[in-house]
Parts: sequence; structure tokens; C-alpha cells
Amino acid sequence: MSSSQNWLLRPFQERSTQIFLGVLFAALVVVTFLHLFMPQDSALHVSAYTVTLLGKYLCYALLAVAVDLVWGYLGILSLGHGAFFALGGYAMGMYLMRQIGDRGTYGDPVLPDFMVFLNWQELPWYWLGFDMAWFAFIMVLLAPGILALVFGFLAFRSRVTGVYLSIITQALTFALMLAFFRNEMGFGGNNGLTDFRDILGFNLRTDATRLGLFIATGIALAIGYVVCRAIVASKLGRVSIACRDAEARTRFLGYRVERVQLFVFVVSAMLAGVAGALYVPQVGIINPSEFSPLFSIEIVVWVALGGRATLYGAVIGAILVNYAKTVFTGVMPDAWLFLLGGLFVLVTVFLPKGIAGLLQKRRKAKTDDDTPTGQEATA
Amino acid sequence: MGIIRSLTLLLIALVSVSSLPASAQDDDPGRELLVNLAEAPNSGVEEALNAIVSSGHPRARGWLEAYGNNRLSRVKDTGQVVVVLNNRGRDWEIANPLTGENMGEMSRRELDRIAINNAIRGQLEGILAMLDLNAPDPDVREASAQDMMGKVDASLIEPLEARLELEESAQVRNRIEEALAIYRVGEGDIEAVDVLAGSLHPRARAALNQAVRSDDPVLAKKAGQALGTIEQKLKLNRAAETLYFGLSLGSVLVLAAIGLAITFGVMGVINMAHGELIMLGAYTTWGMQQLLPGQPGLALILSIPAGFMVAATAGIIIERSVIQFLKGRPLETLLATFGISLILQQLVRTVISPQNRTVVTPEWMSGSLVINDALSLTLNRMYVLGFALVVFAALMLIMRKTRLGLEVRAVTQNRNMARSMGIRATRVDIMTFALGSGVAGLAGVALSQLTNVGPNLGQNYIIDSFMVVVFGGVGNLWGTLIAGLSLGTINQLLEPWAGAVLAKIIVLVFIILFIQKRPKGLFPQKGRAAEG
Repeated sequence: MSSSQNWLLRPFQERSTQIFLGVLFAALVVVTFLHLFMPQDSALHVSAYTVTLLGKYLCYALLAVAVDLVWGYLGILSLGHGAFFALGGYAMGMYLMRQIGDRGTYGDPVLPDFMVFLNWQELPWYWLGFDMAWFAFIMVLLAPGILALVFGFLAFRSRVTGVYLSIITQALTFALMLAFFRNEMGFGGNNGLTDFRDILGFNLRTDATRLGLFIATGIALAIGYVVCRAIVASKLGRVSIACRDAEARTRFLGYRVERVQLFVFVVSAMLAGVAGALYVPQVGIINPSEFSPLFSIEIVVWVALGGRATLYGAVIGAILVNYAKTVFTGVMPDAWLFLLGGLFVLVTVFLPKGIAGLLQKRRKAKTDDDTPTGQEATA
Repeated sequence: MGIIRSLTLLLIALVSVSSLPASAQDDDPGRELLVNLAEAPNSGVEEALNAIVSSGHPRARGWLEAYGNNRLSRVKDTGQVVVVLNNRGRDWEIANPLTGENMGEMSRRELDRIAINNAIRGQLEGILAMLDLNAPDPDVREASAQDMMGKVDASLIEPLEARLELEESAQVRNRIEEALAIYRVGEGDIEAVDVLAGSLHPRARAALNQAVRSDDPVLAKKAGQALGTIEQKLKLNRAAETLYFGLSLGSVLVLAAIGLAITFGVMGVINMAHGELIMLGAYTTWGMQQLLPGQPGLALILSIPAGFMVAATAGIIIERSVIQFLKGRPLETLLATFGISLILQQLVRTVISPQNRTVVTPEWMSGSLVINDALSLTLNRMYVLGFALVVFAALMLIMRKTRLGLEVRAVTQNRNMARSMGIRATRVDIMTFALGSGVAGLAGVALSQLTNVGPNLGQNYIIDSFMVVVFGGVGNLWGTLIAGLSLGTINQLLEPWAGAVLAKIIVLVFIILFIQKRPKGLFPQKGRAAEG
């Protein structure tokens, strides 16, 4: 990896990226094929329900990649990434709400149902513009981005790091959850935003739109992954890893640590926002529970299980844990929290490098020439 | 007239248990009073009622209540007056009004209801109040005088004034005077305004508000001034109440956070399962009360050591099984202990129940301390406040004056140096963690008296607890105390104009911003301890 190469091309030359993108696209193609061309009664047919479920997993995977970027490469354990995810989701939800138009229960052409129900006379100012897709999609990036910018600016400038930062990110998402639960906020309170119909003119309830969203999520994950990989492989990424490993030393070397931290943090928040925006039309609802501290901390355990500072590990972890969650909450709901709790303990105590760490160890045993990505800082 | 026979249940509940000797029952004056009431023509009912009231008969209240509820009847054959206990179905259960004895069932055809007309029914409340006003217990008298405020009419003036002459208790006198003054102000009496100006009762304010709108300018002006005085006093009382609630909330926060201040602040271990240790303490109280049914007070007191032991044991298990392997990796500790918290929550859901359990508040802890009409302090909160201070003082003593405290401080400041001085650091770790966890259990015992005991109890306090510790300054017990009390008070101060949820949000945002300004909290550690 010499520095003369184009920074955009660099990630594609890494073997892990090639494998990851190959597997991801193969999965997209196979699922699409099985969904469209296999007869309904065939054992190989993938139903629209499964497609949407897989799309949901991919959203979580993108979110996990965003968390891995800050935790794995910047050393910031954010316990509030669910907040960025939910903000992106709310921005998308507001667009989808406006698309309902007069087809709601109360038939008001402008006001969403819950506002009519609360006797609101006109749209609050912060809802303006969300009837336009381009504006909403920009807000998907801007809403979490600006929050991360302000929060990160304040936190990194005064050098709040480590556990303190984790705890105040948790307080942040907790405060937002309480706020969004309030009806007065104008985001549907407890029930959140739901009852969506169209996205960009396509009916959300048709199988074709669901497949389209699934593919879009897959592509977003690929782009997000490459962006993160590009950041990590760049000089900025190396400085960020240096911040993670020895913040004070990096600062003494003359790097503006807080700027690096802020940049990476904001990018990560925006990625989380995109994940939330893709999640909402597939799940069909966004409500304040996405802000709950439990969800944010769950994301961290996906990353921890998959393996920190590998990016692909985050994807593996997110998909595995959520698949297990789907299975267990269906079969034996009581056991799920035991399993999740046990996972937290086992992974941190016995598997500090996660599944990716196991893979690397095996690979290393076979060929000793491939440098694991997570150890670039020492290389 | 028949001979008196048996006891009733209803009257026992309604009337203070009186025990007239059996021989005296035949010449009980009550019988004649009741017969008079039953036989009185419409115009004579009031007189008959007054006679009952002034007789001072211990069961008079029960009769009047039964009368008001259409439950007073006459047996057609004998003419005896009886109280109907149950008037459902064909046979009615009846009781003797003089003794309260249950007389069994009687066909409703043999009974003749003593009718009450609406005019009398309207007065009955006032009559009952007068009855209470003559009760021997001054508390009953005061309550009844308070009841009368705003309900006094011309007919009650005379008996009230008569009572005022006789009344010995100053408090009851005040109440009667206020009740009279409300009536007089309504009638345009300017002097009476002065009496009301000293009262904080809402009825007095209502009367004055009406007087302000009266046609008499002198009265209106004076009433306005009186209202101003009252408003001032009310403001003061409200401030005192807010402060009390704030301190109470603060004491809860201190209790929840103080254990964390030890494990997180002193040891540097992030224990996300701290909330669940609190929950264990609360469930211990519940379990203790299940073991000792009927003795909630004793169970609560026994729960204090038991809750400590349960939570401390759980803490030791957590420390030995997980935390010791994650030394020096705070973020991993955070995740692992969070996993433990999930397991503990689910354990309680599976083993006990996902529903909230009720923990009984012992009698000596329920009720409230009434300071005046506008201010009363609930006793359970006062006990919790006191308990929090005692726990805090005990912890301070342990940390400052005992060998363990000395060793803990030594290990915190320089682990290797402490070890080379012969301190067994591992043992100190275990003891410290057990202490912090045990205190969480104590918090749970106290919280069981204030909130619902359920699997989510701990979750509700964990973020707040961390906020308190971080706000106060990690590693500083005094900081935790001051942070907890002040955050509780700020929260309560904000609540009236922001609402409960918004107040909490504002406090959270305030702390987030505060930490940016002073990352080490209110009272940062200084010197060598700060470097660790």
C-alpha cells in the first residue's frame, strides 16, 4: 500500500474489501434471483418477507460499520449511535408521512394524522420541505451530521474521552428518547411515524418495491464500507488509529486530534443516519424506542462479536446477532435476553477480537505474509 | 317493643365500639329518640334529628348515616327501629341500632322504611358535621370543622358559636373561626376578612376571591390585600415543598449513585449492572415481606442487612467471574457488566414475575407530617432522606477511619506501591466491590418504599446514577452527595414550568454541557490520585 496510489482505488486493492464486496454482491444477486425466478412453492424461493428481513439486517450491518469506524479506528465507544440512526430514520419517516397526502384516516392533505388528532392547525416549521424527496434525503445526512458535529465539537474540544464520552453519549440518546416521546415535539410521540404508503412514487407495499429497497440497502452498505475503508486506509485514518492508541502522543506530534476525531465521528453519524433512513421504509415504522440506550449498546455488541477494527467483522456480527434474535424471539422469547447478556460477557472475556480475530488467526497460521488490517498502526 | 338481641357488623365499622351493659339497654334513651324520628311528621323531623344530635349518644352518627342512606326501617309488628345492613333480595339483613347486634334476616315485607325527604337529606351533611364537632377526639373535631369550611349556612351559625364557647383546643377553635369567617365574609362582614387573611385553606381563598368581586369597595379592597398576604405565604410554602421534594429526589439519586461512586469512582470499574444490584435489594425487601407476612415493619428493618448481603454477594460473584479478567479495559468492562445486567433482569422476570411486585409500607412510615394547610411532608420520603444521609456518613467513616478504607485508597492511588507495602490488592478489590454493591442493595431497600419494584427498576436509575457520579467528580464521595442533592433539587425546580419529562431532559443536557466545561466534574481529584 504505497502512498502514491489513488486514495479512492486503494480500498479495492485490499483483499478483505475484494472478498467482502464479492460476497455482498453475490448475495444480492442470488437473493434477487431466488425471489423473482423461483416458483412460490419451491423450497428455494425467497419470500418478500425474507427479502425485507434481509434488508433490515443489511441496515443494521451498515450501522455496525459506522460504529466500528469510531470504536475500532478512533477508540471512541459511542453508546449513542442509535440516536443518529433514529434521526436519519425520522428524516425519512417525515418524508414518507408527507407522501401519504390526503390518504390518511383524517384525510387532511397537509397534516399527518397524529397532528390532526392533536388538533394542530398547521405544520410546524421543521416539517417544511419534507414533502420534497431531495430535501428529505439531504436531511437524512444533515440531521445526524449536525448533531454529531455540535456534540463532537464540544466533547472533543474539551478532551472528553474514554468512559466519560461513552456515558455522555448514552445520556444524549436517553435525553433524545425522552424528548421524542413527548407529543409536543411534533414527531408522533409514543407511536412515532407509521402507516407509510409511497416512496418516490412506488407503492411501499408491493414486493417489487421491497426488493428494490433491499438492493438499495445492499448498495448503500457497499458504498459505506468502501468509504470507511478509504478513510481508514488514508493518512487521516492512520492518524485516527494513532489517536486511538496514544492520544496524547499524537497531539504532541502536532496533529490536531480533535479535528480528526470530529471528522470521523461526523462521517460515522451520517452513515448511521443513512442506515436508519433505509431501515424505516422496510420496517414501516419509526418510533422513539430506536433511541433507547439498550439498542445503542446492542449495536456495540454486534461489533464486538464480529471483531473490532475490521469493518467486515461488524457486518458479520450484525447479521449473526440479528439472525439469532429473529430466531430466538420467535422460538423462546424468554431466552433471548439471557443469550444476549451471555454474549456480552463471553465476547468481552473470551473473544476480545471477535469472529474476525478467529478468522485472522487461522489465516495467519496458514500464510504469515498477510498483515491483519487492525494492526496497521503498529506496522 | 321487642327485646334487643344481636350485634351488627356495619355499625361496628361505622361507630366507635360502645359497650352498653345489657341491663341498660331497655332504658336506653336512644330507643325513644329513634321512635320519635320514625313517627315525626314532616315538620318535626328536624327537631327529632336535633334531639338525636344533642343526646350525644355514641351511636348517633351511625343512625344518621343509615337514615341518610335509606337504611333505617321499622319492624311492622313490634315497632322497633332497625338498621338494614343489606337490602338486596327478598330478605333483608338487619341490626339493632342501639347495640349494633346483628339480628339476622327479615322479610322486607315486614319492614317499613323510615322515609327521608330531600330537604332533610340536604341538611344531613351539616348535621353529621355538627355531630363530629361534638366528638370527644379533638382530631375528629378539627377534621369536621375543616369539612364545614365553605358549607356553613345561617342555621349552623348558632351551634358553631356555641361550640366555640366550649372548645378548648386552639386548633379546633381556629378552624371554627375560619369556617364562621368564610360565611361572614360572604355576608359582607369586613372584620371577618382579617381572620381569613391568616388562613392558608383553599376555601378561605375562594371566599376572599369572591369578596374581591363584591359591590362594597371597602370589602373588595381589604379582601384583595388579604389575598396578597396569603399568596406570599403560599409562595413560601410552595418553595419549601419544592425544596423538600427536590431533596427527596436528590437523596434517592445519592443512594443510587453512592455505591457507584465506590466501584466506579474509587476502583474505576464501570459497573453497568449497578442498577440491577439496586433491583436485587428491592426484591430482597419484597421477599422478606413474603417471609414475614403481617409484619412489614420488621421485614423492612431486616431487609437492610439482608439487602446489603444479597447485593454484596452478587457483587462478589460478578467481580470474581468477570470483572477481574477485564482489569484495565474499562470499555470492555462496561459491555460485560451490561450483559450481566440483562441476564439479571431476565432472571428476575423468569424466576419471579415480569410484573411489578407490591412492597408494603409499614404504618410508621406512611402518612405525612402536616405543617399547615399548604404544606405537608410525606413521611416515607423523610425516612429515605434520613437513610441516605446515614448510609453516606457510614461510608465516609469506612473510607476515612477504617483499615479497609485506608487500603482502598492506597490501592487506588498506586496499586504496585500498595502491593509492595504488603496490601493484598486482590482482596481489597473484592472487598471494595462488595461494599459498593452492598450499598446498591441498601438503595434498593429504600427505593422499594418509593417506587414500583419490578425488573426494570435498575434500568431507570443507571443513567441517572452515572450522571451524578460524573457530575460530582469521580472518586469523590462528597461530590456525589452534593451532585445528587443539587440535581434532584434542580429537577424539581424545573418541573413546575417545564413538566417532568422536559425537566429531566434539561438536566441531562445541562450535565452533558457541564462535562464539556469541566470534564472531571464538580470536585475533581487532585494530586497523584488524579493521574491514574
